[in-house]
Amino acid sequence: MFIELGHFALILAAVVAVVQTVVPMVGAHKRWPGWMAVAEPAATAQLLLVAFSFAALTYAFVTSDFSLQLVVANSHTDKPMLYKISGVWGNHEGSLLLWVLILTLFGGCVGWFGGNLRPDFRARVLSVQASVSVAFYAFILLTSNPFLRMELPPMNGQDLNPLLQDPGLAFHPPFLYLGYVGLSVSFSFAVAALIEGRVDAAWGRWVRPWTLAAWIFLTIGIALGSWWAYYELGWGGFWFWDPVENASFMPWLIAAALLHSAIVVEKRESLKSWTILLAILAFGFSLIGTFIVRSGVLTSVHAFANDPERGVFILLILAVFLGGALTLYAARAGVMEARGVFGIVSRESALVLNNILLAVACFVVFVGTVWPLVAEMLWDRKLSVGAPFFNAAFTPFIVVLALALPLGAMMPWKRAKLRRTARALLPAALLAVALGALVWAVQSGRSALAPIGLALAVWIIAGSALDLWTRGGRGSIGNRLRRILRLPGSDWGKAVAHAGLGITIFGICAMLAWQTEDIRVAQLDTPFEVAGYEITMTDVSRVKGPNYFSTMAEMEVRRGDKLVATLHPEKRTYPVARMPTTEAAIDNGLFRDIYLVIGDPQDQGGWAVRSYVKPFANWIWLGFIVMGVGGFMSLGDRRYRVAAGARKQRTASPAQVPAE
Amino acid sequence: MSLHLPRALRWVAVLLMLALTVPLAGPAVAVVPSEVLDDPALEARAREISKGLRCLVCRNENIDESNADLAADLRVLVRERLVAGDTDTQVVDFVVDRYGEYVLLRPTTQGANLLLWVAGPLMLLLALLMAGFYLWRRRAAPEPDALSDAESKRLRELLGE
Repeated sequence: MFIELGHFALILAAVVAVVQTVVPMVGAHKRWPGWMAVAEPAATAQLLLVAFSFAALTYAFVTSDFSLQLVVANSHTDKPMLYKISGVWGNHEGSLLLWVLILTLFGGCVGWFGGNLRPDFRARVLSVQASVSVAFYAFILLTSNPFLRMELPPMNGQDLNPLLQDPGLAFHPPFLYLGYVGLSVSFSFAVAALIEGRVDAAWGRWVRPWTLAAWIFLTIGIALGSWWAYYELGWGGFWFWDPVENASFMPWLIAAALLHSAIVVEKRESLKSWTILLAILAFGFSLIGTFIVRSGVLTSVHAFANDPERGVFILLILAVFLGGALTLYAARAGVMEARGVFGIVSRESALVLNNILLAVACFVVFVGTVWPLVAEMLWDRKLSVGAPFFNAAFTPFIVVLALALPLGAMMPWKRAKLRRTARALLPAALLAVALGALVWAVQSGRSALAPIGLALAVWIIAGSALDLWTRGGRGSIGNRLRRILRLPGSDWGKAVAHAGLGITIFGICAMLAWQTEDIRVAQLDTPFEVAGYEITMTDVSRVKGPNYFSTMAEMEVRRGDKLVATLHPEKRTYPVARMPTTEAAIDNGLFRDIYLVIGDPQDQGGWAVRSYVKPFANWIWLGFIVMGVGGFMSLGDRRYRVAAGARKQRTASPAQVPAE
Repeated sequence: MSLHLPRALRWVAVLLMLALTVPLAGPAVAVVPSEVLDDPALEARAREISKGLRCLVCRNENIDESNADLAADLRVLVRERLVAGDTDTQVVDFVVDRYGEYVLLRPTTQGANLLLWVAGPLMLLLALLMAGFYLWRRRAAPEPDALSDAESKRLRELLGE
């Protein structure tokens, strides 16, 4: 009964969404306050209905209700509770329900926190937001209904894919979706502004926190996914340039570009039409990502043919929203006249360069991702585009971005002097080159990757620190520090997020350049040495888990006489899903990870064992966390909380930061 | 390739590196112990080639990382060709002849694939041109002339000098 109520609530939410799409839009056009006022309660109602629907599905998973097809296909009574819950979104239908739950959550938030928006603008934003949900309700109810019952319920379920039974992956999709779907708000703001034909500094100020929030969630989601791949897939890779990964990476790149260009709209009333385009594209890439992941078209063209209904439906949604928004853009973009005037060398130009590099980098990822499909359709060529292509074609953009970043970040608005900014950054450049050269000298003869990575990282981090330091003005050190501590959240956020990028760049380069790998047959109680660590396998035993069997080794890692860690790498078999997984054992450290994997027993005795020592591995994700923290600091900036008052001030005196 | 630094500086560097506990790597060994070639140089080449070849039955893995049986067969095949004296290119061509272009993780530049490789640089060029045009139009009016004598005098007065 509860399940049917959940199903009904979803249908009801779809009806409410249709009303919310039509009524406020007409109201905003005709300037009828009553009609416009429908938007906010409708958004709240949608959220409550979908939340109820989601709760009903979760209840079915938690109580192992095997009369539901979805539960049978993705759950089992022996599965731990955490994975019963994460099983709700560990499948196509449930993940789409999570998608609309988050979509309505953001819609509700715009309703509640949008008090400082003009009423007609808010009505339009919520109407566009609801139109997106209408499409997804239709998709779920017509092609991917999670509430379908079984005629003959089986005694037990088929269990969730064991690879997904992992804490990292349990929370990876919700964060990723919060990011993907969060960009729908930027999209709604952009389309509403196009309908109104009006983009001003206030628009930039409204759209930025929403984009920032979505970007932070995407950052966390991508980091979780990459971390999961690192410890779960058994050889410690952290990024594979898989279509599914690229699907989340493209919106992240575009959202990062949008964050930066929205600043120009807000502070200088320039780059308006470009920013609108980015907002449309960011959500467009989220939809493309959904299409890639959900249709399976890129894993194999045949997977798409097996289930064409769903793929075609998402493609239709993509065509309607992206095509519609771009058509509207083509018709209206000319109206948005830029106001600010600025020199060729200026913060504005630097941000344009940032946008070009991020957007073209995203374009490269996009072309590489869809190329196998294009080549098969047009020339009947079956080919692969893998990591070597992306490493070669994508990395140069990030290197140029990293080189230009500190310079651009320190340039004043309107008109800058390159020489003056460069002089201010000289200490950072010298430190970067010195440390890079030092590492190169010490590691003698190995790849230049690590020294270059270190130099870039130091350049960015020291550059960010110098930026804050100069913002402290003149005077005694105490006074400067006091002023630096009082700088607005957005200044701190900028410096911290940029430093995070530097940390990640260093982590990636250091790990790739310096990791040690050892693959051998290990005998019990026979120590072997890997990169200065002495590793001994002391025991191998069979262990029974809640829904799996495991072969677990006990391995002692020593350095000199000191016991560093006792690790338990496992090889698990999940009998219900009939799938083996490797569970690497990792001793995490700030400066190195020791990563052990146990393989098959060998005929002549002993076990195949792979050991890795990965220097600075955790810096990759540390950098992501720091980027996220920077985003939060920026989100906490006072100007977003007092935006209502700031709007009045803005009309009195255009928001401008004096150029030095 | 190392930079020649004074000996003392080198010691400082070594100590710094030890402080950072950066373990320096030994020679790489192969994926499954029985597959390893005795010649480390040949084995290193085999690993490098393996990283560019796709495991045909996996989702998106190279044969060096894959646990699949087919990948193991291909790894052995690559090593056999290397032992027989093939160059890296010959080995890759041999595999491509058998399994088609699909095994190459790094697509060739032949035919339409050239488009794939130049797409990024071309787009960058286009974007830079468009941005350059935009910036040229939006650039500020030329800087005003330096202050006149009267203005300078007034400025000094205001600054209280």
